[in-house]
Amino acid sequence: MVNEFMTTFKIGGVHPHDNKQFSAHQPIKECPLPKQAIIPLVQHIGAPAQAVVKEGDQVKVGELLAKAGGFVSANICSPVSGKVTKIGDWTDAWGAPGQAIFIDVEGDVWAPEIDRTPELIRQCTLEPKAIIDKIAAAGIVGLGGACFPTHVKLLPPPGKKAEVLIVNGVECEPYLTCDHQLMLEHGEEIIIGIQILMKALGVNRAIIGIENNKKDAIDHMRSLAEKHLGIEVLPLQLKYPQGGEKQLIDACIGRQVPSGALPIEVGAVVDNVATIFAVYEAVQKNKPLISRVMTVTGKHVAKPGNYSVRFGTPIDEVIALAGGVPAHTGKVIGGGPMMGRAMDHTEGMPANKRLSGLLFLDEAESIRPEEDNCIRCGKCVQACPMGLEPYLLQRLAQLEMWDECEKHDVMDCIDCGCCVFTCPAHRRLLDGIRPAKAKVGAILRERAAANK
Amino acid sequence: MNSFITSPAPHAHSGDSIRRNMLLVILALLPAYIVSVLEFGWGALITAVISVLACVGTEYIISRYLLKEQKQTIGDLSAVLTGLLLAFNLPSNIDWWIVLIGAVVAIGVGKMSFGGLGQNPFNPALVGRVFLLISFPVQMTTWPLAKGFETSYLDAETGATPLYFLKQIGKTGDSSLLNHLPNLWDSFLGVMGGSLGEVSACALILGGLFLICTRVITWHIPVSIIATVALFAWIATPAGIEPCTFIGYELLTGGLMLGAFFMATDYVTSPMSAWGKIIFGIGIGFIMMVIRTWGAYPEGMSFAILIMNACVPLLNKIRPQRFGEKKK
Repeated sequence: MVNEFMTTFKIGGVHPHDNKQFSAHQPIKECPLPKQAIIPLVQHIGAPAQAVVKEGDQVKVGELLAKAGGFVSANICSPVSGKVTKIGDWTDAWGAPGQAIFIDVEGDVWAPEIDRTPELIRQCTLEPKAIIDKIAAAGIVGLGGACFPTHVKLLPPPGKKAEVLIVNGVECEPYLTCDHQLMLEHGEEIIIGIQILMKALGVNRAIIGIENNKKDAIDHMRSLAEKHLGIEVLPLQLKYPQGGEKQLIDACIGRQVPSGALPIEVGAVVDNVATIFAVYEAVQKNKPLISRVMTVTGKHVAKPGNYSVRFGTPIDEVIALAGGVPAHTGKVIGGGPMMGRAMDHTEGMPANKRLSGLLFLDEAESIRPEEDNCIRCGKCVQACPMGLEPYLLQRLAQLEMWDECEKHDVMDCIDCGCCVFTCPAHRRLLDGIRPAKAKVGAILRERAAANK
Repeated sequence: MNSFITSPAPHAHSGDSIRRNMLLVILALLPAYIVSVLEFGWGALITAVISVLACVGTEYIISRYLLKEQKQTIGDLSAVLTGLLLAFNLPSNIDWWIVLIGAVVAIGVGKMSFGGLGQNPFNPALVGRVFLLISFPVQMTTWPLAKGFETSYLDAETGATPLYFLKQIGKTGDSSLLNHLPNLWDSFLGVMGGSLGEVSACALILGGLFLICTRVITWHIPVSIIATVALFAWIATPAGIEPCTFIGYELLTGGLMLGAFFMATDYVTSPMSAWGKIIFGIGIGFIMMVIRTWGAYPEGMSFAILIMNACVPLLNKIRPQRFGEKKK
């Protein structure tokens, strides 16, 4: 292990403190059921799901609440049992409006077809098509953060063929430990999930990429993978943003996905370990995606840990389990410190597919230092994992030179935050680049529509 | 409702700052400065103190009273660094008022007139130095001999530097002039005449490696300068000298090491991308050797860096290798 040569992605990257010590190795704890569940209809990338229940309906755990609203969209199944009281407007903790289904929880009655026993089911006789249908029905989306519907990834466009399944066990965001703990506690299920996905994709090779700060997970997954042909564990050097899809493919198989293309272009499909665990549960146990493991952490959190939470549970209840909001909290972040979003408030915000963790930063950590002049040190250029020039993109964005932004590949930016993290002048490069991406994206769509 | 602080991601920072970088560069200059004080005594101390105080003072006065800025930037230590670098580029026995003029030009014209830190196209310390070199050619090229604290500040015993003899050898082909040169080992350690901070290649390389290890600078600029100079010197070795000896003198004497590690790598006035930096370095090495070999001055490091500074906007057109882009 120690002398092993370890690989990583080739361009840029930074080394933030991983700060995983707070919640690492905390056993996954079940969060109790809430009194009322709030189920947003957008918990994925793509079109909102469309409700198939109406106010007054009784639902059981696992029953379909809302069906995918388009090709790129995902089903939402009920995480609780009880009565639908309201389907209507709702605003998330960041102020984004949307629709949600409100359910008054009554007992914990599960749909009969769901296998709730802990027994491991290894055999999967389903055809690839049936597997993908089951994954789609279960409403599984990428739980690593992007929330891209998983079944869409499993249906490569015509003419493209997957060669390798890359399993994302990197968890490169500092603080978060939910994937790590899941690998330690549910490694067997993940391996079966990998075999199911390999079958669905028709590939005979899978690589599990795990960063070297999780040595026990590497050893554990390796001991499990040894028994199965075609599955290997690849320890990776610690470097952010290794969990980024393009970076992970580069690190694992040394191929770089071209600008604007999908991983399938280089024959790869990437899925996160938590997603694969959900695939196992959906295909082998008929259990749709109704809960996930969340890390609740921070330097001053009383009981940091990893909690298995049903979607719809108000995050305040999860926070209470971890000992409440610590004194002098400045920021509450949904996700990790590099890409997570700072919430204005926690009231009324439910756990959902998108929320991988809650991070509490104290006031001192929360205040962004004042910006100084750009000293043109080029550290942002060195840090950018996409090989972009963040200092230039920010200037162009400030000047609203959208054509130039496009020419300098602003759309390749993956929002990882390496440039801002590394900038000695504390320049808020992404504050300019993000809107530029939105603007250029809109221009590109208009152009595509005009050319049709 | 409890309202928390919100701001866009990322919510973590490396802890790096402009001040930290400047401080590390100043630390890296200390070994060379210690050598300088040991060799040139009081002159090295007085010149550096005047230069630093004058640079910081000029920046403060301009920013506070002329530009009426709310936020003062002297705390970022960049003016201290400019002052130190300017002093490093002066003979240690130079009159104090010349140092003062150099500092005012360096900060006032070289930096603040463009809008302060980050805005100047040319290395401020070199702007100051070249201004002095053109205005006070005699004082700027009269170097004291290295005699430690026996060297009095103003009436030091002076002498020509190795580069002068090297140039004469090249012109006249008289290799007996080699006897006027310190031996290579002394050149490496810095036991010879020259500008205040440029004499000890050994100490400067030590500082430069420290900067590379602490990731303040990258290897691209110093390595490409040094490699270019070595190659040029190898090709242009005059008859009667061993190529290795000639390369050694070209590398170890004059302002090369100071320029390569500390002046050319100035963040503001050097390119952003790796390839930009390499071409920048090659340009500096080449121009400097052209001046050393055929120019009117025995040394050309300052001019070479300033000329390449002017090319930086052009060199910044060179894109870094994009992810997923086919290598050309």
